[in-house]
Amino acid sequence: MTVLGIDIGSRSIEVVAMRQGKVVEKRQAPTTFNPVKQVLGLLDGLDAGLAVATGYGRKLVQEMELGFEVQTITEIKAHGLGAHHLFPHGRTVLDIGGQDTKALSLLPGGRVGKFEMNDRCAAGTGKFLEYTAQIFQIPVRDFGNYALGGDNPPIINSMCTVFAETEATSLMAQGVRPENIALGLHLSIARRTANMLGRVGLVPPLIFVGGVAHNPCMRRLLAEQTGTAPGETLFIPDEPDMTGALGAALWAESLEKN
Amino acid sequence: MTQEAYREMWENLNLDIAAHDGLLGVLGKFYGDIYMSQQGRLGGMEYLDFVLSEVHGLRIKELQDAKAQGRKIVGTFCVFVPEELALAVDAVQVGLCAGADAGKEAAETLVPRNTCALIKSFIGFKLARLCPYTESCDLIVGETTCDGKKKAYEAFAEHAPMYVMEVPQTKSPAARALWKEEMLRYMARLEALTGKKVTAEKLAEAIRTVNARRRALQRLNRLRAAVPAPISGRDVLLINQVSFYDDPVRFTASINTLCDQLEERIKAGEGVAPKDAPRLMLSGCPMAVPNWKLPYVIESSGAIIVGEESCIGTRNTRDLVDESVRTLEEMLDALADRYMKIDCACFTPNNERLENIEAMATDLKVDGVIQYALMFCQPYAHEGIKVEKRLTAASIPSMSLETDYSMEDVEQLKTRVEAFLETLK
Repeated sequence: MTVLGIDIGSRSIEVVAMRQGKVVEKRQAPTTFNPVKQVLGLLDGLDAGLAVATGYGRKLVQEMELGFEVQTITEIKAHGLGAHHLFPHGRTVLDIGGQDTKALSLLPGGRVGKFEMNDRCAAGTGKFLEYTAQIFQIPVRDFGNYALGGDNPPIINSMCTVFAETEATSLMAQGVRPENIALGLHLSIARRTANMLGRVGLVPPLIFVGGVAHNPCMRRLLAEQTGTAPGETLFIPDEPDMTGALGAALWAESLEKN
Repeated sequence: MTQEAYREMWENLNLDIAAHDGLLGVLGKFYGDIYMSQQGRLGGMEYLDFVLSEVHGLRIKELQDAKAQGRKIVGTFCVFVPEELALAVDAVQVGLCAGADAGKEAAETLVPRNTCALIKSFIGFKLARLCPYTESCDLIVGETTCDGKKKAYEAFAEHAPMYVMEVPQTKSPAARALWKEEMLRYMARLEALTGKKVTAEKLAEAIRTVNARRRALQRLNRLRAAVPAPISGRDVLLINQVSFYDDPVRFTASINTLCDQLEERIKAGEGVAPKDAPRLMLSGCPMAVPNWKLPYVIESSGAIIVGEESCIGTRNTRDLVDESVRTLEEMLDALADRYMKIDCACFTPNNERLENIEAMATDLKVDGVIQYALMFCQPYAHEGIKVEKRLTAASIPSMSLETDYSMEDVEQLKTRVEAFLETLK
């Protein structure tokens, strides 16, 4: 039987299909204002017997009457399961998604020990980068490389997206190089994230997942701020944004077995 | 009473009728969603449903009738104000509305924006003319339990007949002496207000009345701890909330009837949640009526709340006043001793609270503790760090949540609560 993991986040939806312990399909689409339609589109042609939904839209998937059983788990558990599967020796997981940042400690076996999440505000998440990239008139996917062109980042104190923009604008008016401002914005997130990791007791190896893990500047700064080394104590999956859906699919597999 | 008669009563109390209608509408819907939707509730809860449906109606009428008979109404915000003294001069004591967002913009003209939701709420209710309890009061008694309240009462005094008791911040002999003096000062104020003297006989009766209510709530707390839980945490919270404004004798009788039903249900092995539902305890700030947000989120995620370590919970009911003493002086000492046992986060140090929390979590065999702090509540936020350490040392899982009365963070709270429950399995 094919089982599915469906992760409906604020920015994107991922679907991972598994059969007999193997990933057979991965799909992704933006969430948009009509996530139901997006999910239906992603599921087109997939013949599943069971799905586990996670992310903010998890209850929505359950209510869609897809014709097979849908269970839900939180994105905390899903990311823990997915990250543990990819890097079984990992002890701490960081997920920076579209509007949430989560830090969690893993117990032996991949169970979640402690976890922390950002508050109701989307400060320090993918949304922050997306918004601030607009100041530089570059697409968010190029923002990390652009920021790596900086060498002397100013300290940006504001974690509020709107205030950070104000701060960045006034730095530009002072003649600070835009690459340095971009680097400063990244650094402000990395610092905040390192604090959050400290609150769950950062034990290496650290696994960095979620869409923001694609950003090369964030990868470098996170390593610096947490004192971890890529490939030794810091691991990032090839498709970091698939981790939640993978975890959900793994949970679906375990439900099927029992 | 008819709706017209209620409307006339509210008009006489100078309520903003249109805004008040709106509030009752929201409250009714909220209550329906959170309470009436529950499965397998006890018959005895109908009394609570009735009391709540008449919270701004019949109970207010009773207060007006009491006033017409010459009795005085005393409003409070805190478990430190000794109800026994008010009852001993035939006054009626009621807890005032402080559990919903109301008149926030108006409140922010009197207190800073980074003031907790509870303080903003009671000020907002007054300024927006929404609380018939506040409007019925002959005296409103505040207390110095935190800086936010202390300064808020100064501002509030310009709008309401305010009296403030000084609650000491330590448990030294000098602090105990101060508290006794404060009680005597308050007693004199009550005597001046009512024209009645506190006698040994009247105070003894008042002590028995309030102790009886505490005993009924203690009994409820013992019974609810059964496996499977025979009553939801939401319902017990509601009962605790209602205890602050219902007539104490009638309330005690109703809760004892409810407890009889609970005993039958326990004998039959019936519960409101499955046997294996995770058992959680709430700890921290008070949840004033109608603040049911977090209990609703928790219980709709499949857990059951089996204890509230809170002022609207065990902090108000755990300790009784010694009934064995005879003279007025001895009774006042017994009262002072009992109130000084309150383990409010305003005290320094406050280690007995840590002990009480661990003992309660152990006795109730909880799977975890959710610490609840109102945003900007410094005393409880500070103690939250200590409580977590203490619980971790005792291998009791816990999670801290900070929120207010708004609904914008419900989804985030759900995710946190569900994730916490997942870690317990």
